[in-house]
Amino acid sequence: MFQRFLITSLFAGAAAGLIAGILQLIFVQPVLLHAELYESGELVHFGAEAISAHPDLHGFDAMRDGLSVIFTMLTYTGYTLMLVALMSVAEENGAQIDGRTGILWGIAGFVTFHFAPGLSLAPEVPGVAAADVGARQIWWWATVIGAGIAMWLLAFGRNWTMWGVAVILLAAPHLIGAPEPDVFTGPVPTEIGALFAARAFGVGLATWVLVGCFAGYFWQREGERENG
Amino acid sequence: MTTMTKTLSASRARFVPALFAALIGVAMITLTGHVQAAALHDAAHDVRHATGFPCH
Repeated sequence: MFQRFLITSLFAGAAAGLIAGILQLIFVQPVLLHAELYESGELVHFGAEAISAHPDLHGFDAMRDGLSVIFTMLTYTGYTLMLVALMSVAEENGAQIDGRTGILWGIAGFVTFHFAPGLSLAPEVPGVAAADVGARQIWWWATVIGAGIAMWLLAFGRNWTMWGVAVILLAAPHLIGAPEPDVFTGPVPTEIGALFAARAFGVGLATWVLVGCFAGYFWQREGERENG
Repeated sequence: MTTMTKTLSASRARFVPALFAALIGVAMITLTGHVQAAALHDAAHDVRHATGFPCH
């Protein structure tokens, strides 16, 4: 039984994570490196002279980018383990789990782990001002847990009370508010910060759709093999 | 009675692996996304930013 969990999570998580790592290197990393030029002071926004929006960036760095791909694969394997655990519980209660329904699970995962916390703690470029990291992590976990329960209630709830609780769980962290910095100190142009957040969300959504689809597919396939 | 016990132990047999899988998942996310130890933070730095974890 546990084999089915492990095979599904490792295959789906590592495959989606590898694609995510590559997507991040193509779409997110150049924006991050651009921001770091401002963080380090190499470029100065609103300095004496106008700065080109297209500086030379470092190319592929085997150590740094290799570690990024590995950690992306680990991160998405972790997410997939949680997703598959919940898929198994849903299947136990009559839900159909396969590659197609998995796409919906992936979108719900994106909302839970990226969009819900990111709505108030937007994906940050290096160098931005932010509140204490410990406080933000507590808010992040609380928001993710609330959003996860809300997604479950929206999908499997059977009455307005459950759907109402889901809406409250989704809205509450943002009404209470995320930990914010006292003053703004970010040296990075707003164009770069905005592009970074948009790219992080876009790559996150693409990856989560793959995570859900792969997880559903392998879960169904491994189930058929165990039973047949 | 026997049927009930069987059903109960069958669902428990599925619930335990699910719980363990979820726990391993949480542990992995904590390591890659949250632990602030310098070596882990530096290695995972770009991923934490790109994945929207609170970083510094």
